[in-house]
Amino acid sequence: MPEPAIIELTKARMREFIREPEAVFWVFAFPMVLTLALGFAFRSKPPDRIPVAVVAGPHAAEQMAALAKSPALLPRVMDEAAAAAQLRTGKVSMLIGGGAEPLYRFDATRPDARTARLEVDDALQRAAGRQDLIKAREERVSEQGSRYIDFLVPGLLGMNLMGTGMWGVGFSIVNARMKKLLKRLIATPMRKTEYLLAQFFSRLIFLVFEVVFLIAFAWIVFNVRVHGSFVTFGVITLIGGFAFSGIGLLVASRARTIEAVSGMMNLVMVPMWIGSGVFFSYERFPDAAKPFIRALPLTALNDALRGVMNDGSGWAQVWMPVAILVAWGGISFALALKLFKWQ
Amino acid sequence: MADAAIHCRGLKKYFSDVKAVDGLDLRVEPGECFGLLGPNGAGKTTTIEILEGLQPPDGGDVEVLGRRWKGDERELRERIGISLQETQFTDKLTVFETLTLFRSFYREGHDPDELLRRLTLEEKRDARVGKLSGGQKQRLAVACALIGMPDILFLDEPTTGLDPQSRLQLWQVVTEFRANGGTVLLTTHYMDEAERLCDRIAIVDHGKVIALGTPKELIAKLEAPNIIEFTSEPALPEETFANLCEGYHGCAKRADGWQLRVDSLAEAVPRLIAVVEKSGAKLRTLSTHAATLEDLFVAMTGRELRDA
Repeated sequence: MPEPAIIELTKARMREFIREPEAVFWVFAFPMVLTLALGFAFRSKPPDRIPVAVVAGPHAAEQMAALAKSPALLPRVMDEAAAAAQLRTGKVSMLIGGGAEPLYRFDATRPDARTARLEVDDALQRAAGRQDLIKAREERVSEQGSRYIDFLVPGLLGMNLMGTGMWGVGFSIVNARMKKLLKRLIATPMRKTEYLLAQFFSRLIFLVFEVVFLIAFAWIVFNVRVHGSFVTFGVITLIGGFAFSGIGLLVASRARTIEAVSGMMNLVMVPMWIGSGVFFSYERFPDAAKPFIRALPLTALNDALRGVMNDGSGWAQVWMPVAILVAWGGISFALALKLFKWQ
Repeated sequence: MADAAIHCRGLKKYFSDVKAVDGLDLRVEPGECFGLLGPNGAGKTTTIEILEGLQPPDGGDVEVLGRRWKGDERELRERIGISLQETQFTDKLTVFETLTLFRSFYREGHDPDELLRRLTLEEKRDARVGKLSGGQKQRLAVACALIGMPDILFLDEPTTGLDPQSRLQLWQVVTEFRANGGTVLLTTHYMDEAERLCDRIAIVDHGKVIALGTPKELIAKLEAPNIIEFTSEPALPEETFANLCEGYHGCAKRADGWQLRVDSLAEAVPRLIAVVEKSGAKLRTLSTHAATLEDLFVAMTGRELRDA
């Protein structure tokens, strides 16, 4: 006895996918390469030393020796005119002049200048013999969840779920329509919804691998962790996959050529790559645009993923973006069923 | 009278201003092999797709196995097998996987391996569909049509573009299917295919049936068992051979000469040579053959099956 049609259809779709090496690369390898490249480009570095200028004079050597002991400062000796010019153009944050009683010149509105003022004064006072009255201890931390890579990984995951969801479903359907395979399939007693559901199922099965790969990779290489519940996280990725498969189905419901469907996919996806906070936060957009940006499916997915991954949020905090995703998926699927052309 | 396997009346289908099917009637009896013969663009594919329930007609009535597409679609789909013109299956799946997929759509059906053996595809069982030759792909298409043990097999141009060997293999498959009581409706623009496989043939042109009958009956409609084809330099007008001889039944213009329908070659050929010589023209080619369906089509439309 053969397996039920829905299982055979899902198996067929999965075989078709894994036998396409290019598709496997774009789904699995590409996001890792992207994470790796961006992760290294924006990795956390120790804070830069603040450049300060010491005006040449009888006390300059003495001041240089004192300032060189501070790990936060990068002091250089130069004559008065050069030092003034460099301060004006922001090449140094502060100018140290005067004699035994130094003169600090700096722009107090600049945070780096204020830090320089504190560091320079501290170094000079210590060199002059000041003693600390209380002994404080230091504990340096690099807070996980606050680095750029922590922001980036959920965004890349969201973008990848969008891309694979839409392409995975849309491309194969348009291809099957072009080859008249859809027409051949509806000439059998196959149930049409089973065919469409099989597209979803195969997508969701691959999605599990896709998500696990990327999250494991980010964890091993960059120590990016999921702070919230893995179950919540997993369910959100499945809902995201469902939403974008639905949108992919809708985009592909009538397209007759690969070119047409590619154009429409890009029309849908490119604005979200930019607007939905994949690489940078959408907080930088004007307030008036934010409600629209938040209603986009990729924004909703990224918000939900970041909430669970970085902030450890639960359903109570992320129900809104998740509801937006469910609505996008459900409406798209229902619309696609109505509009779908089999021939 | 028992239900016809396929019965349609007054079938019409218009595409913008083109009448693809223009009032077509057909009745295919159970166990029969029925052929729709006609040139490309005659409306054969549109007709067969309406009968297959894949296109709605703009007018007319279709019954398949005594049922209508509206309301009985699922039941009908279980009982018919279809091979579309130029179906392409997924290149990445193997022959066996493709056939197993199609098997899963039907309540009852053949074992895929057994069917592959019958269609001499067992050596290609685990080959990807994308690697098959044209003939092998076509046999797979027919295998997918047969997998659900259909009562009726619809074949749209099953051997177009195939080599002679592959055509013979497909004809064999159709013959076997019929030996087990199956009904076949096929379209073709090969008259030899129609003559060889079909019990009855409808010649279709411009969306209408212009002749219907057994191959023998149709050829008999020519009222002339023999055909002479000739070309001359310069070309001659029709009047030249208007009173050629006893048993001359008419002529048709071919690409660069004439085709004459006659009873007796022994009588007509010497007369033709004499007439051409008398007119001062020079005979360039002359050939004769026994009348075929192709000649009937030429006689009825003035065109050949394969051009149009």
